[in-house]
Amino acid sequence: MSDPTEPAVAEDTRRPSYGQRRRDRIDALAQAGAVDDTPGVSLIRGAWLRLRRNPVFLTGATITLCFVVLAIIAPWIAPWDVTARPLLDEVRPQSNPVPGPQPGHPLGGDDRGRDLLSRLIVGSRQTLIVGVFATLFGLIGGVILGTIAGAVGGGVDSLVMRIVDVMLSIPSLLLAFTIASLARSPSQWTLIVSIAIIQIPIFARLLRGSMLAQRSSDHVLAARSLGVKRRAIVFRHMLPNSIGPVIVQATLSLAVAIIDAAALSFLGLGNPDQRQPEWGQMLGLAQRYISEAPHLAFYPAGCIIVVALGFTLMGESLREALDPKTRR
Amino acid sequence: MLRFVLRRLLQMCVVVLVLSMLLFAWLRSLPGGPVSAILGERQTPERRAALEAALGLDQPLPVQYQKFLQRVVQGDFGVSTKVLPGEDALDVFFTRLPATIELAVLALLLAIVIGIPLGYFAARRAGSAVDTTTVIFSLIGVAVPVFFTAFLLKYFFAVEWNLLPVSGRQTTGIDATRVTGLFVLDGILTREWDAAWDALKHLILPALALATIPFAVIFRITRASVLDVLDEDYVRTAEAKGLSTAVIRSRHVLRNAMLPVLTTIGLQAGGLLAGAVLTETVFSYRGVGEALATSFREKDYAVLQVLILAAAVIYVVINLLVDIAYALIDPRIRTR
Amino acid sequence: MSPKRTLATWTTALLAVATLASCADSERDGGDGEGGGSEDAGTFIFGAAGAPEMFDPYYATDGETFRITRQMFEGLLGIEPGSAEVVPELATEWTPNEEGTEWTFTLRDDVTFHDGEPFNAEAVCANFERMFDQNEAGQVAAEYWGYVMGAYANDPENSLYQGCEATDEFEVVITISGPTSGFPTMLTLESLSMQSPKALEEGDANGIAAEGEGFSFPAYADAPVGTGPFTFGEFDEANGEITLERNDDYWGDTAKVSEIVFRVIPDESTRRQELEAGSINGYDLPNPVDWAGLEEDGNSVEVRDPFNILYLGLNPEANPKLKDLKVRQALYHALNREQLVQTQLPEGAAVATQFMPDTVSGYNTSLEPYAYDPDEAKRLLAEAGAEGMTLEFAYPTEVTRPYMPDPEKIYEALRTDLEAVGINVKVVTASWNGGYLDNVSGEPGKYDAYILGWTGDYDSAHNFIGTFFGNLKDNDFGTDVMPWGKQLADDLKAADAIVDEAERGAAFEEINRQIMEEYLPGLPISHSPPALVVGPGVEGVIPSPLTAEEFDTVTVGGE
Repeated sequence: MSDPTEPAVAEDTRRPSYGQRRRDRIDALAQAGAVDDTPGVSLIRGAWLRLRRNPVFLTGATITLCFVVLAIIAPWIAPWDVTARPLLDEVRPQSNPVPGPQPGHPLGGDDRGRDLLSRLIVGSRQTLIVGVFATLFGLIGGVILGTIAGAVGGGVDSLVMRIVDVMLSIPSLLLAFTIASLARSPSQWTLIVSIAIIQIPIFARLLRGSMLAQRSSDHVLAARSLGVKRRAIVFRHMLPNSIGPVIVQATLSLAVAIIDAAALSFLGLGNPDQRQPEWGQMLGLAQRYISEAPHLAFYPAGCIIVVALGFTLMGESLREALDPKTRR
Repeated sequence: MLRFVLRRLLQMCVVVLVLSMLLFAWLRSLPGGPVSAILGERQTPERRAALEAALGLDQPLPVQYQKFLQRVVQGDFGVSTKVLPGEDALDVFFTRLPATIELAVLALLLAIVIGIPLGYFAARRAGSAVDTTTVIFSLIGVAVPVFFTAFLLKYFFAVEWNLLPVSGRQTTGIDATRVTGLFVLDGILTREWDAAWDALKHLILPALALATIPFAVIFRITRASVLDVLDEDYVRTAEAKGLSTAVIRSRHVLRNAMLPVLTTIGLQAGGLLAGAVLTETVFSYRGVGEALATSFREKDYAVLQVLILAAAVIYVVINLLVDIAYALIDPRIRTR
Repeated sequence: MSPKRTLATWTTALLAVATLASCADSERDGGDGEGGGSEDAGTFIFGAAGAPEMFDPYYATDGETFRITRQMFEGLLGIEPGSAEVVPELATEWTPNEEGTEWTFTLRDDVTFHDGEPFNAEAVCANFERMFDQNEAGQVAAEYWGYVMGAYANDPENSLYQGCEATDEFEVVITISGPTSGFPTMLTLESLSMQSPKALEEGDANGIAAEGEGFSFPAYADAPVGTGPFTFGEFDEANGEITLERNDDYWGDTAKVSEIVFRVIPDESTRRQELEAGSINGYDLPNPVDWAGLEEDGNSVEVRDPFNILYLGLNPEANPKLKDLKVRQALYHALNREQLVQTQLPEGAAVATQFMPDTVSGYNTSLEPYAYDPDEAKRLLAEAGAEGMTLEFAYPTEVTRPYMPDPEKIYEALRTDLEAVGINVKVVTASWNGGYLDNVSGEPGKYDAYILGWTGDYDSAHNFIGTFFGNLKDNDFGTDVMPWGKQLADDLKAADAIVDEAERGAAFEEINRQIMEEYLPGLPISHSPPALVVGPGVEGVIPSPLTAEEFDTVTVGGE
């Protein structure tokens, strides 16, 4: 308990302040990676044994797996090119705004005569890209901040954590909304970046908490007493052992990223380029047809909900499996 | 206690000042702006320049910011250009605020009324099929985007089945007297029951949609917290002592489990505001959230500034109140 | 209102026969709806897309405001309902002198303002002097005056308006600096409506001030006084409703409904749902996709004649390849506009052959549309050495306009056509207020190509092509770098100054021919009919091509 930063942690966890709830969740998760003295293998193996029999996890994992596979093979199985407009001549803005299902087009077309099924299939890929990159960038930013804070400690730690806490205290969607509207012209990347930024503080706090917990763990103490350099300790011992919680958080973040992307698209801040269909974008565009062709909105919305649910179910059951408190 | 509150208030002022500066600089660095919104197709470089000069937008940013601060000190937050043109931005906020308060309070109430009993119930039967179902159900609530929930509610309850009003706050033609701006309360105060009932009907759907956000959280916290408490020694002792279940539940389990739940409820304010932007937009409900979305879209900087700053202030104040409430309930914190 | 009302509400609550909402209505209508069960007779509720700016039409700039003020105000000249034709309103006749610089207006002698002030020659001149004499903020805010008159009292040399003289109690002479096709047609503009001089004075109507990023308006702007069939009621900001009441002392036929309520509903699909739910009686610009469904549900969709133009603007300043006429023609041949109009625009839309709709005098009927011919496009591109050229082509987001119900869709169609002839399109977009207009009309403009359009203010060729190409230095087409740019601007000015209408029409026709065949500064795409929709039982709405509907003829029947 000689660690100078330790009292700060204690204060944080006991006194509620802005974003306390989110912080508590993160901190609880951060502890998970560092409880075992032989972390890594046995912890993960133990978790896996429990998960294998958990129906919630299995459901989530199945959905996620199907989604990822679909996203990867999408361009090959989509019956039509997503930019082709095979049904264009059927489109009449008043009498037939959206061509209905017909041979070769099981879900019909969209308002531009493009095959809806193909766009949904290919949309999975863009949706995954947005989710993965937003989470990845958030993770990278979080790793950098969290590692600096956790490894250096002291004043740097306090400063970084102050910033992180302020960011956590702002409602995430509002922050993303603000960042996205800051962009000069909306694109896929502004969408990704604005969602990534709201993920950074989460990962930063997670990693820092996890590293702090390990800092006082036996194997790090042992390594330190053996004279192993700080950098080596950080990269060889502390970071790898934080992987478990990070994976859990990343899974949950993917769901949030996909939902937030849809919300931003709904508010007109999504990717405007329709050559790359994305579910959130499709949902946003379908607003204009909500009375005449609600299915245009329901299909992508259903996809988003199912996939977000898949990630959430998987993430939550992973969290429970890793959390020592629920492991009784 | 007093020192603690004062320190927090001081912090708040600093945060808001810094935020206002950042906001000011950022908004003005964006392309387009109120001038485009006003001129439309008629825009030419000449007219643009004239309008910018008249509105003082051609001056350097620090000068503009200084002028802004000077006006703010006099209680003048600038004039709305699109949300409610010609009106002081702060007035716009105050006109819209009661609507959002009404909505948020009802949403929070709904979430509490459904979330806490359900969470308690699930915890009592932890591991059962009922528990798993409710947990999955609450996760579905998280996975469905709020605006889509709002769409569905509107589509079915208002449009298809015609049970509740589609949008707005009160039916046209209801002659209601305005007192507080909280339409339901106004109706009750003035005994215009039809007006109160009508306003309440307008609130139900948006509040339900908005409630999904705090509901999922409140449910999960209650469940986790009750689970924790059930495991505590004093509950076991009470059980061993042979106290009746009712007593144990009310005196020990619920009271102790409520502490984290209370915190959570207070901290939902921010999430509610973000959700209100989406919900109010879907229901064309004239609250702060809708004004925020409109001012973003129409580049109404004055209103945007006031709304974001006000949101920050409200958020900080609510947190402060929660802290105080927390300190009152848990004596351990007071002594620190 | 409270005690009496409360009692009444209690009584009705006790009786509790009819629904609560209708009780409140019948009470308020003072007997109109009594005994009629649940009907809303007497009130016309219109769903507006946005809040009005204020209620003084002189400073107003947007359609939402004009729609409201139009019910309360009248100009010297009016527009024949259902067309763009100029008809007498507050002036019964008008004659110019030979040079077309002095116009004598004979006024109606039976008109009073809502506040009881008489309408006469002095009132007219007071109005013009008020409009002419503006402070610094007012000069910028009064967009329409600036647009049609050019200047204000502090710069009389550049002003079209030169003076107003009351020659008799009901006769005024207005002097202008030179003949123009726009005068006196511009007097139909809502902004130049007649307002009560006394109310203007008392409400300090010219006391506008720039404050921060916006204008703060004087008291008058919230309590306007005109001569029209409706008077101002109230603006309920919390509920977003503007109420107008019938003017029972109106000089013409009094309005059929006793009240109009404009209810602000920003979201379009919500407006439709409110109409279906019966809580509003109509709204403007329904999504073309919804037209059929709305009709099926018993509403009537009133389609206006198109009085607008959508074009693909080209900017040779941003992309020098566009200086070559062959390239511009190639782009035009590449566009399948027939398909675009059929599949993306509402019924009644038409392919454009020039930069103005056919109802405007000066329209050249002999022009043929450029044919869709991708091969010809490729050939022309090859000839110009511009195969595979890159084109930065932009469209606006977050906007719908009468001429483009869905910019993004129109853009997609155009882009696909351009790519089909081997043009490398770089997709650019910005929100309408968030930089798009700045980039289009900047000097120089930032995009190589863009979509934009125009809805006519009044029936005048100059209001269309004069706006587009008349200002050589500042126009969206970069005509100042083209060899013919100055010639075109000069020709437009000359044609505009012709006093004789037939002669002027012929001159504009010739200019239209040159624009399309020799210059082709941009590519006119289509004219698109905007619609408005009213619910079951609503009669008497006369759709106006200028989107200038007057609701005094409207009746609202029961369900």
